[in-house]
Amino acid sequence: MGAHHDHDPHEAAPPAGRALRLGIGGPVGSGKTALTAALCRALRDEYALAVVTNDIYTTEDADFLRRAAVLPDDRITAVRTGCCPHTAIRDDISANLDAVEDLQARHGRLDLVLVESGGDNLTALFSRGLADLQIFVLDAAGGDDVPRKGGPGVAQADLLVINKTDLAPLAGSDVARMERDALRVRGGKPVALTSLRERPDAPEVAAWVRGALRRARGAAAAAP
Amino acid sequence: MAEIPAALLLLADARLPAGGHAHSGGLEPAVAAHAVTDLADLRDFLHGRLATTGLTGAALAAAACAYAAAYAPDADIPPSGDGSAGGRRGWRGLDAEADARTPSPAQRRASRAQGRSLARAARATWSHPGLDALAAEVRAPHHPLVLGAAAAAAGGTPRQAAAVAAYGAAAGPASAAVRLLGLDPLDVHRVLADLAARMDEVADEAAAAAAGGWDALPAPSAPLLDLLAEAHVRAGLRLFES
Ligand SMILES: Nc1nc2c(ncn2[C@@H]2O[C@H](COP(=O)(O)OP(=O)(O)O)[C@@H](O)[C@H]2O)c(=O)[nH]1
Ligand SMILES: [Mg+2]
Repeated sequence: MGAHHDHDPHEAAPPAGRALRLGIGGPVGSGKTALTAALCRALRDEYALAVVTNDIYTTEDADFLRRAAVLPDDRITAVRTGCCPHTAIRDDISANLDAVEDLQARHGRLDLVLVESGGDNLTALFSRGLADLQIFVLDAAGGDDVPRKGGPGVAQADLLVINKTDLAPLAGSDVARMERDALRVRGGKPVALTSLRERPDAPEVAAWVRGALRRARGAAAAAP
Repeated sequence: MAEIPAALLLLADARLPAGGHAHSGGLEPAVAAHAVTDLADLRDFLHGRLATTGLTGAALAAAACAYAAAYAPDADIPPSGDGSAGGRRGWRGLDAEADARTPSPAQRRASRAQGRSLARAARATWSHPGLDALAAEVRAPHHPLVLGAAAAAAGGTPRQAAAVAAYGAAAGPASAAVRLLGLDPLDVHRVLADLAARMDEVADEAAAAAAGGWDALPAPSAPLLDLLAEAHVRAGLRLFES
């Protein structure tokens, strides 16, 4: 992982007693659902997990995750966003908060709730009221100038994932440059290069999430 | 009318983070059924909605506002209730009145989902004993109840609560129409402006009705909206919760 620092001093910890809420944002088709599935597979035996999806159309993402059986059905909830995926994760997070609360009420203690945003543009950003931490997922084949352009998601997400590196050569994208540009606009916050096609379990991202969960637990234990 | 407290403008503002953007007030299934395809259809739809569920919701909001206001520190606690003979039915009683006036289960769920979200936003914004009592007594109250209690918390009158409800009954689906049909937002706002006088009439009627007992609150409904709401939850393509 191309991190200049191995921890983020601004990293938020959830209030004691509730799950860590991890937002997964990024443009349509960049691999958010594939990453959500990967994290569920990697972490479900170690942690109590649940997922909220915000697909703009029907319940595609939730249905995909159910079919892939990465978690039991009742741990996956879909929220509709009235054609405004960014509103539902940033300006008006109430439906997502209600969904998270319902999952928590249904399953008791949860360690981690993944909230996958509906695919959006580069200005999308999760509200800190919804997500303690957020990952922004870019498609390496979707234009290698995207990290340089920045934008709130690319610049501020706690982890930037540049996915589909397997497709980069076909699209003429220079992944090394993307990583360099990303690290620059992100002030050294971590960047992960993934190919969910070649390594479907995204070990480097799962390791980052494990670290965040350990720190959240440590912070909760240290709280008075 | 009395001056509008600025706090009440917060409550009427579509930017209030209370989940309204994901509800179309029945417009999405109406569009899916090709019942609303253009601006003229939208005008008729809003007119009908205002006269039916709009009036019902506005009257419930006015009643809730009056009831919540009675919880104020200088009023009788607990308030003596519903205005009908001998009633002390509390918030659950008014919530049951809303249920009775909402025949479609899908619409009940949508109303409660919006009520829950609005309660969260209102209680984060204002502190008011009537609002707190509502949240304590009913887990996910019907939306008009929360709207009325929030209006009281914001210093509004029952008539103003009814106006905010009537406005929302038309403005919510109008905004959904812009998103679903690509209608010109300026045209849609003209339609809303043309409806403003109707909204005031509905608010007058609602506030007058709410001054009587809860039993006698108006209950006009729109069977087609009820059926569309039920069809909506079964639809494959849904961008809105309701
Ligand atoms: N070649 C390739 N395809 C991928 C990769 N990750 C995801 N995909 C595919 O890209 C498409 C969109 O992925 P999805 O996770 O649904 O994207 P989302 O819209 O961001 O949720 C799917 O067909 C995935 O199988 C990858 O690393 N390489
Ligand atoms: Mg997806």
